[in-house]
Amino acid sequence: MLIINRRNLLAASALLAPSVVVGRAFAAPAAKDSRLLVVFLRGAYDAANIIAPTGNAFYHEARPNIALAHPDPANPDAALPLDADWSLHPALKDSIAPLWAARQIAFVPFAGTDDMSRSHFETQDSIELGQPVAGTRNYQSGFMGRLAGVLEAGRSSPKCMPIAFTQQVPLSCRGGPVIPNIALNAAGKPPLDQRQSELIAAMYKGQNLGGADLGHAVSEGFAVREQVFASINQEMEAAGRGAVSAKGFELAAQRIGHLMRSDYNLAFVDVGGWDTHVNQGGAQGYLANHIGELGRALAGFAAEIGPDAWRDTTVVVISEFGRTFRENGDRGTDHGHGSAYWVLGGGVRGGRIAGPQVALSPQTLNQGRDLPVLTDYRALIGGIVARQYGLSPAQIAHVFPGAAPVDLGLV
Amino acid sequence: MARVWIGGALLAAGALGTVGAHAAPQTIPAASIAAANRVTWGVTQGAVSTPAPSFARPPADSSLPPEVAAQIAAMRISREPMAQLVQEMDAQQRATKDITDPAAREAAKKAWQQDMNDLLREAQARALLRDVYSPAQLTEQMGWFWSNLFSVHAQKRDIRAMVGDYQDVLRAHALGSYRGLLEASLRHPAMLRYLDNDQNAAGKINENYAREIMELHSMGVGSGYTQKDVQELARILTGVGVSIRPDGAQMRPQYQQLAIHDGLFQFDPRRHDFGDKQFLGHTIHGSGFGEVEQALDLIAASPATAHHVSTKIAEYFVGDNPAPALTQPMSDTFLRTHGDISAVLRAMFAAPEYQASLATGFKDPVHYVVSAVRYAYDGRVILNARPMINWLNQMGEGLYMHETPDGYPLGAAAWSGPGQMETRFEIARAIGNGSAGLFRSDGAVSDQPAFPQMQNALYYNGLEPTLAPQTRATLAAATTPQEWNMLLLASPDFMKR
Repeated sequence: MLIINRRNLLAASALLAPSVVVGRAFAAPAAKDSRLLVVFLRGAYDAANIIAPTGNAFYHEARPNIALAHPDPANPDAALPLDADWSLHPALKDSIAPLWAARQIAFVPFAGTDDMSRSHFETQDSIELGQPVAGTRNYQSGFMGRLAGVLEAGRSSPKCMPIAFTQQVPLSCRGGPVIPNIALNAAGKPPLDQRQSELIAAMYKGQNLGGADLGHAVSEGFAVREQVFASINQEMEAAGRGAVSAKGFELAAQRIGHLMRSDYNLAFVDVGGWDTHVNQGGAQGYLANHIGELGRALAGFAAEIGPDAWRDTTVVVISEFGRTFRENGDRGTDHGHGSAYWVLGGGVRGGRIAGPQVALSPQTLNQGRDLPVLTDYRALIGGIVARQYGLSPAQIAHVFPGAAPVDLGLV
Repeated sequence: MARVWIGGALLAAGALGTVGAHAAPQTIPAASIAAANRVTWGVTQGAVSTPAPSFARPPADSSLPPEVAAQIAAMRISREPMAQLVQEMDAQQRATKDITDPAAREAAKKAWQQDMNDLLREAQARALLRDVYSPAQLTEQMGWFWSNLFSVHAQKRDIRAMVGDYQDVLRAHALGSYRGLLEASLRHPAMLRYLDNDQNAAGKINENYAREIMELHSMGVGSGYTQKDVQELARILTGVGVSIRPDGAQMRPQYQQLAIHDGLFQFDPRRHDFGDKQFLGHTIHGSGFGEVEQALDLIAASPATAHHVSTKIAEYFVGDNPAPALTQPMSDTFLRTHGDISAVLRAMFAAPEYQASLATGFKDPVHYVVSAVRYAYDGRVILNARPMINWLNQMGEGLYMHETPDGYPLGAAAWSGPGQMETRFEIARAIGNGSAGLFRSDGAVSDQPAFPQMQNALYYNGLEPTLAPQTRATLAAATTPQEWNMLLLASPDFMKR
């Protein structure tokens, strides 16, 4: 089919094309085969119990029922030491801790937005739009969309191949070239044959409705569906032998790894279920299970994408805000402010806690209830993509208007 | 030529086409089609003949077409009231814990999950049957709208046993008073469970529900209330919760007269914070549940609520970014009538901006699926709504399946991405090919034969002239009636509302 051939051709040329470095502001690594995956934890994960300040007595006071225990090799439920102040949740022992030891993951505490609404939806939108929080919002323009636009217009090579592994096109992916979306846990054989696909595509040519470019959406949809199916099919045949089959986000992350090895290089995925107002648990329990699954998923992604591609890959894990530093009356936590973001990849300069920090005390809490934001997510991601793709200040200003990038030396 | 051929195929299959059956087919004006397509869940022959919105109250299920009434009457959610369902399911779950044999215990747990899932699916199926067949089409659309504005996620705790009743309660208020609706949602155990207010008690504050009431259900974020207002509303809401099994403990007499127990709804004064509160610039004195009434009065009368709820309604009917010229009269009407939902809708229908918007909206997945079934099987009642439920889950808009309390997005951009469109075409193919499981009653092995009647009088007398030239050209290239059906349902014209 015509559209699919075009897509395959592009993917193939992306693999074969030599690396070309475009003008850049940072002394960036060459824009080789760079890949970026943004993982959005929707619902505001309780960062303070995952990257936990166990070295701080106030942490244990503020969370009498849910705090993680001080690192202690004899206690399997104890937190795992990161540095003198910070520890990692024990559910990440076999997935993320090895990446830390290999210096391939950094954590950025006190990260977030200057949106103080404490509303999930308002702040998720803020993050995905990536526009200044004050001022009118353009809901048709998200930061991943603008980044894809910049990378495509820059004619950087390899070509930008963006995708959203979500059931719907997220806000973050609007406003640039049409970014296809596909939910990976339900990607079966395409139901329509080539002739029927072409007939439908012909009906949609040039069609716009309610501000949506249906013509492009439809042709991209056919192409991506075909390609993802072919790729996953191949993976399943290759890996079928007695392998434990992953489920849920672990399965999706494996497939993302496979697809980002060769077909796509700029991707967005989201994971829900983090809004832990009630009985969230500590070393064990709901949040421990959920974060454990995330850790295994990310480790599985790294394994599946393979060592070569992993070297050129950056994964950024973000969430809309952190939660109250003190546990609430129901052994959960309520909406807060500062979070902790993760930056991982084979070329990441990790094994460290990055960005400015403050010693936590009742006085240093934001409004007496949650963590302050000392690293703005727009500046952080702007700094990462500036280095990774060698973008100019003007290009970064287009992706994140009004936010000067900070370079934490992560990539 | 294709048409003649297809007509022949239809006749050969024993499905009598209406085309040409009468000497002078009545042309249906495009305006009637566009109007009916908006105020109903999708055009049918009946809908286009009376394209004005109907403000009828929700009909009794027993008055729906007999095959529909029978399906609904057979449901457990129709036979047992919610309190009984929830108590039975609670007892069943507790009983599993007493089983000592591990295998038997696992089997009992599984059976409990299955029963809970069945209760949810019944609620989803009943909603879809009403959407397809109820004559009160505007009411049914607004029923969905309120279920979405006051969204709950069925998979949390025991909410699956509650959503059938929740849906009935919201639907009964769908065209009534917003203030009544707000309180009905607040007194419903599904909402109190979902947003954790059943855990909100004096000294153990949980502000989840308090925040979402103001942010999502009424005033809207950024409309002027503060974090302090959220905290004070959370205090006002302490003790408002759910009780499945009364604890039997004696209350002190002064508490007894303040306690409320209404079905599963409970106001427990022992858990209430009786201090005074400052809420939205007013002092609310500690008195018990009366504080909640006062707070709801303030919220419902707020201009921010009039604006926010009116804008949401306009988005639902008209699409993204409704013009202020459309929302302002709605909002004014909301304030003047103290939240009379029918009056707000009338103000919207009367606005020139509404008329100008007809046929420019994009169907969300629910409108897509319901309109396809309404059109494809106009006048013939489906025997199983399960395929429709599955399609909606596939497209990510299942009823009571949204995890977060913001409800599903109402704008086109959320539903028109490449993956979304692909899924629609799959569904178009499933429906176009034949009965798609819609005519396989529960337990039956195969479908009753039921080929969709899509090249009908409504098509030739009304729809066809409204189609874009490229759609008509594509339909003419169809090689089988099945493919023709698929292409019509997959066309951009059929996505419009």
